[in-house]
Order: sequence, then C-alpha cells, then structure tokens
Amino acid sequence: MINEEANTAVENKPETQEYFINMGPQHPSTHGVLRLMLTLDGEIIKKVEPHLGFIHRSIEKMCEKDSYQQIVHLTDRMDYLSCHMNNEAVCLCVEQGLQLEIPERVKVIRTIISELTRLSSHQLWWGVMGMDLGAITTFLYGFRDREMITDIFEETCGARLTMNYNVPGGLMFDIHPNFQKRTKDFITYFKKKLPEYDDLLSNNVIFTERTKGIGMLSKEDAISYGVTGPSGRASGFSCDVRKHFPYSAYDRVDFREIIYTEGDCYARYRARIDEMHESMKIIEQLIDNIPEGDYKAKTKAVIKLPEGEYYQRVETARGELGVYVVSDNKKSPYRLKFRSPGFSNLSALNIMAKGDKIADLVATMSTLDLVIPDIDR
Amino acid sequence: MGLKKYISDIFYGVKSLITGMKVTGHYFVRPKEIITQQYPENRESLKMFDRFRGEVVLIHDENNMHKCTGCSACELACPNGSIEIISDKVIDPETGKSTKVIDKFVYHLSMCTFCNLCILSCPTDAIKMAQNFEHSVFDRSELTKVLNKPGSKIMPGIR
Repeated sequence: MINEEANTAVENKPETQEYFINMGPQHPSTHGVLRLMLTLDGEIIKKVEPHLGFIHRSIEKMCEKDSYQQIVHLTDRMDYLSCHMNNEAVCLCVEQGLQLEIPERVKVIRTIISELTRLSSHQLWWGVMGMDLGAITTFLYGFRDREMITDIFEETCGARLTMNYNVPGGLMFDIHPNFQKRTKDFITYFKKKLPEYDDLLSNNVIFTERTKGIGMLSKEDAISYGVTGPSGRASGFSCDVRKHFPYSAYDRVDFREIIYTEGDCYARYRARIDEMHESMKIIEQLIDNIPEGDYKAKTKAVIKLPEGEYYQRVETARGELGVYVVSDNKKSPYRLKFRSPGFSNLSALNIMAKGDKIADLVATMSTLDLVIPDIDR
Repeated sequence: MGLKKYISDIFYGVKSLITGMKVTGHYFVRPKEIITQQYPENRESLKMFDRFRGEVVLIHDENNMHKCTGCSACELACPNGSIEIISDKVIDPETGKSTKVIDKFVYHLSMCTFCNLCILSCPTDAIKMAQNFEHSVFDRSELTKVLNKPGSKIMPGIR
C-alpha cells in the first residue's frame, strides 16, 4: 500500500513549466505606471514584455492644435527630469525653421541650465537607484544635493520641476542677478560632496555584487535597438549628440564623452557618475563668461513655420531626443513627432534581462533610468 | 589561491561597508549640516522666490482698481483654457461711446499648468503670478475663481 502510493507520487511528479508574472503597473521600482509581463522559469527570466499606455496623454496630438509657443510647455510633461532640454529641442527646431539668429547670451544660458538639469536628473537617479537596491540612505543624500539646483531653477526660471524657461527665440526672462553666484556656490559644494557618492554606494560590496556582470548589453545590440545616452555609451556606443552634432554653446566647451565598454549595470552606473563630473566642468567653463546682450531674439506674436519638415535633436539626461515637425505654414504644426530616449531604451530591456534573476531586473531597469511619461507621452 | 581571494574579499567587503558607514556617522554627529525644513511650522518665515509661479492674480490697487481691459489676449495665449473672460459693453454717459469692461475674470486653477504665457501676453501688465502654493481645497468647485474683486473698476487711462 505504502509502496504503491510512493510509486504514483513519482509518476505524477509535477513537470516544471514556464509561468507569467505581472510586474507593475503599480510597482515601486518601475518608477511609474509601467507594466512588465515576465515569462519565468523558476526565478530565471525568459522574456520581458513591456505593456505601455497607462500614462498616455496624446501630447503629440495635442501639439497639432497648439501654437508653437504653447507646445514648449507640453514637453515639460514628457521627461520631467530633463524638462529644460525638451523645451530646448522644440525651441531649436522652431528657430531652425524660422532661420532665426539667437543671441550668444541665450545659447550660453541654455547650455548652463541644460547641464544643471542633467546634474539634478543624475542626482535623483543616483538616489533612486540606491533605493531600488535596498539602500534608503542614498535617496536622502541625492535629494539633499538636488535641492540646491531646484533652488537655482526656482529663482531664475520660476518653477522647480516643470520650468518652461525657453520660448522660441530665446528665454522667458533674463537670468536672476543671483544666478551666477548660486551656481558657483553649488559647484564648489558639489565637488566636495560627489566623493561621498562613491563612498556610500559605488564601492559598496553589496552594490557591486548586484550590478557587475548584470544586464549585459553588447555594442551591436545597443546600436540596433537605438539605446542612447549614458546607457548606450556604457556599451561602447559613441552617441553623444553634444559631441557629434553640437548645438547651443557645446561647440566651444571642452568635455569628455564618457565611454565604457563593459555594457553591464555597473558600467551604466559609472557612466552617469562620470557625466556629473563632466557637467560640472562644462558649467565652470561657461558660468564666468556669459556674454552681454538680449535674452530673446525678436519674434512675431504668431509664429508660422515655412512649409517643410524640420528635425532637431538634443542630448537629454537619458539619451537622444528628436523633434520632428511637419509644417504646412499654419500657426500650429501639421504633425509633430518626438523620438523619446526612454522608449528606445526600454525596447532593449528584453535582451538585457534575459537569463538573469527577477531581482536583477530591478537593477537593470534602474540603470536604464526610465521615466515612464517619456515612454508613453 | 582560492582561499586567499576568499579572505581578501571578506576584508574588502567589510572595508567598503565601513567606508559607507563613516559618511553616515559624519552626519549623525553633525546635525547642523542637515538641511531639513520643518515645513508647516515654518510657514511664517517661509518666503518663496519672487519669480515662483503659484497662481495667477489680477493686480488691484488700494482704490480697488485693476488694469484689465478685457482684451482676451491671455485667454488666447492659454494652452489649457484655464482663463475665461466674460465682458460687457458699457456706454459712457458723457461721450456716448460704448467701451468693453470685464464682468468676470474667471480662472480655473484646476486646469492651470503655470506656464506663464498669459502673463507674457498681457499688454497692460494687469495680471501676475503670486507665490501662494497651498491650493488644496475640500471641493473641486472652489478651484474656479473670479479674480476681479467685487465693485472693482478699470484704472483711468488704461486702454
């Protein structure tokens, strides 16, 4: 009797099978409403399928009824952590269409604020990255330093996050008299604080064990999936728009394009930390030589782009943002398309996470630095 | 070889953890370097920056006069339709000419994205951004505001 039972148990031994699990849309480490459908074999990831659309606001369609001045503020809501660069992309595109000469002062101020935005974005990413991997300390330290930048923005641009400081042809207001002093103070402060980041997280043994060799992305895959920004450069793909197609004042500053060849999570982490050093270097070169002049070129009250197609790309904190405008000589564009960095970066998540464990997916996702409203628009 | 690496890994790991704890300890014994604000308590002394965009207000002077001519430039500039201007035609008894005056300057705070385009478009500088940021209310309808104060008139000389 007992033997018989034992035999049937061996025969009915459950076969291992693949199963599905939903990660998100309400998951703390997806940083927004992103739903990932994971196909798992035990704890090993076989396939990651992102499902989008939870925060789709049809920004591109809304742009078709708005004037060019009004479009700018909508781009704040795409990638809110690099809102200044998004604004700049639209403004540069409109200026390109109008063949407008922008004052040198505008170019330099735009560059400085872009780099400050990049710094604040990377600081927030660093804090959140640590928190995803279980270190709440980093979150508080990242936000402490970011506060100084948001104060600079608040004083000069009038808002902390969605600043909408650019208008086609220049800037909304001139810089605040305190801007240069505050920025210089911040740079001297943050130069001292950045080594703390390395002490707290970069060299931490738990952190390095969880990131080294995880989420591998080869250079070929990075190119074929269009992974740009620090994530692409960590795989050895030289894709810095600031270096290859300089806009604003990037042609006159000296900085290094950060390239790592490992292509794992730790390389992406290092690429962003090194980018912070480079951003500070760019600001230091420009902050003392802001040329005098107007803060805005003269534009008509109703901007009409000549018939044709215009494309402008900028380097945001996450990668290459492209703005493609088709104009039919009306006051709003016929069609507007954003090539957002987050969407392309997310598409490579499947090949990066394949073969890793579920916990490694969290590390891979946070080093991609996804901003979900940027993916869905 | 294996054992040597094993032991050195342990030492390296412990050292890296202590380095991190050193930073935490540094701030633990120096509470003055912490920059936290006690927000609801410091409301009296909290001053926002001049350019901070909290809400749109119609500027009134001490005689309850404003500068809005009812030209609707801000209504056209607004991307979200958060400004609505309801105006009347009033016949001047002296000259007999009809002039446009605002009846209600309706501002939907719930739709506003604080983009500053209305302020830039105003030809008479009648509106500005105020620094108040505490907008929470118990009912949604309270977010629709009429900005011109009751009985207010347009300043003389503004056209």
